[in-house]
Amino acid sequence: MDTLPIKRELLPELLHQMWLIRYFDEKVDEFFAKGAIHGTTHLCVGQEATAAGACAVLQPKDKITSTHRGHGHCIAKGADVKRMMAELFGRETGYCKGKGGSMHIADLDLGNLGANGIVGGGIPIAVGSALTSKLKNLGYVTICFFGDGAANEGSFHESINLAAIWDLPVIFICENNQYGMSGSTKEMFRVKNISERGLGYGIPGVTIDGNDLFAVMKAVSEATERARVGDGPTLIEAKTYRWKGHSKSDAKKYRTREEEQEWRNRRDPIKRYTEQLIQEGILDEDRAEAVRKQAKEEIEEAVRFAEESPFPPLKSLEEDVFA
Amino acid sequence: MREITYLEAVREALTQAMEADADVFLFGEDIGIYGGAFGVTRGMQEQLGKERVRDTPISESALAGAAAGSALTGMRPVLELQFSDFITIALDQLVNQAAKMRYMFGGKAKVPMVVRTPSGSGTGAAAQHSQSLEAWVAHVPGLKVVQPSTPYDAKGLLKAAIEDDNPVIFYEHKLLYKTKGEVPEEPYSIPLGKAEVKRKGTDVTVIATGIMVPKALQAAEILAKKEIEVEVVDPRTLVPLDEETMIQSVKKTGRACVVYEAVKRGGYGAEIASMIAESEAFDYLDAPIVRLGGKEVPIPYNPQLEKAAVPQEEDIVQAIEQMVAKVI
Ligand SMILES: Cc1ncc(C[n+]2csc(CCOP(=O)(O)OP(=O)(O)O)c2C)c(N)n1
Repeated sequence: MDTLPIKRELLPELLHQMWLIRYFDEKVDEFFAKGAIHGTTHLCVGQEATAAGACAVLQPKDKITSTHRGHGHCIAKGADVKRMMAELFGRETGYCKGKGGSMHIADLDLGNLGANGIVGGGIPIAVGSALTSKLKNLGYVTICFFGDGAANEGSFHESINLAAIWDLPVIFICENNQYGMSGSTKEMFRVKNISERGLGYGIPGVTIDGNDLFAVMKAVSEATERARVGDGPTLIEAKTYRWKGHSKSDAKKYRTREEEQEWRNRRDPIKRYTEQLIQEGILDEDRAEAVRKQAKEEIEEAVRFAEESPFPPLKSLEEDVFA
Repeated sequence: MREITYLEAVREALTQAMEADADVFLFGEDIGIYGGAFGVTRGMQEQLGKERVRDTPISESALAGAAAGSALTGMRPVLELQFSDFITIALDQLVNQAAKMRYMFGGKAKVPMVVRTPSGSGTGAAAQHSQSLEAWVAHVPGLKVVQPSTPYDAKGLLKAAIEDDNPVIFYEHKLLYKTKGEVPEEPYSIPLGKAEVKRKGTDVTVIATGIMVPKALQAAEILAKKEIEVEVVDPRTLVPLDEETMIQSVKKTGRACVVYEAVKRGGYGAEIASMIAESEAFDYLDAPIVRLGGKEVPIPYNPQLEKAAVPQEEDIVQAIEQMVAKVI
């Protein structure tokens, strides 16, 4: 705690952010079940600490690329939950004017270069963003979020190699939530830790507890420093777990209830962080509770905003194809 | 006869092909215990084992190449690509390897593989999960391309595709999975390269592919009440293409309207339209050939916009009414 990478006063905000992420996705789940949100959604409930911890050490000029399971990254990079919710409701006020939906939210002004519906699709984009930073001497770093499943795509291997040989300021954060859709890391990998793959490309690889927000902040902060001084990329593997199914209609037959319970009950990243804050005397229980309630309120408000927002007009169908 | 869904028809064809031939095996992302993203292979791993119904990592390029390699060396792989959009990742192996092996190797190689993949819009999955890119693969010599529109066709065409000694891309439309139809229990095959007249008519020929076939049939019902008799022809396979059936139909009706979900520009409808224009049917035309395709936009998320992006029954009805009114 003495060597915090961010100001102590900012720590409660991270609790707020994690609750926002959780309530956002639980709300989405609820509305999806009711049929008010269509398409498909991938929820990151249970993985809040990686997004919040990683983005906490970033500066506003820094960038991220995200995935199909990207609501958390988006919120952590500072997105307005009202506009995110509106997007999922298909409204004109949404981040993508109702055209992108859950998997395509981006906010270039905030340095969010986009969620992605293509597994591994964002990895080369992060490398390109890092290249720009280096070529133009802009000093920003790019965090590339992706899942364990994505680490088997060609784009992962090709991108890491490229970033390595050019010493690019990019941080590859693999959120290892143990499964692709149904493919468990036990069956889809022969390495024990995905981070070992860094070695093969000549970059450092570290594995951390992705449900420990402090561990995430520490690792990402170190990687960010390396990146900023020109020492190149780092591969961070954050072990975590998604509480929900992969997406809609997932019977979760590929894992056991015991395993789920273990992660939910004993390794909840929010509960853990709350306890840490209380222990350190940064928050008391009442304040922690107030932070939770406030986040819940904001998500209710986001739903109201989304519901009251207009649908996009039909004529918008052919807008924005070309610049 | 019993009715089953399109999805069940595909599954039945797969199961029967595997029972008939030990060289046939399935592989793909989440096809085992998960049963595939749309449930097509549900229960098959339990029944046929993990060796023959293989779960794979998320590695489309490796999967397509491995299909080509195992086909080249004596197996008959059936690869499920989770969404047809991801064919973009697999494309190098399909286009530069699988499609060309036989030709490049002087006719010595056989590449009997099938890539099954769900395509099309209508599920709200937005731009990266809703495309109809069949024209891309149809453009490449050496690949066969199938687009079944009914459960009956799905079962019969899939059997033919698996038995074919060439790489076949087999497009299943997501919105068709739940549609029902009569399907015999015993195995049968429908030869690749044979179109079917799905409805007889005298005034206009509508050539529709995939999901546009049921839409065209519904449009034909509406038009019949207005005394316009529409003939609906489903090519069923884009490569090889049954030109004869379409030419004969257009000669009879004097009008041709090609309806497809893919973006109109550069789509397969242009191929069919030119094929008609280049044929003897040209002399029989009473109106210009019409193409009705998707708008030139990525598929949007919002449901109303998504619907507006691809042809619907109303659009077909309207286009045909205009054609019939117009005489050259
Ligand atoms: C190229 C590609 N292949 C397959 C899919 C289908 N798909 C979407 S998410 C997913 C699993 C991804 O697993 P992982 O990278 O571990 O991320 P997680 O869902 O666990 O967050 C799959 C197979 C896709 N969207 N893109």
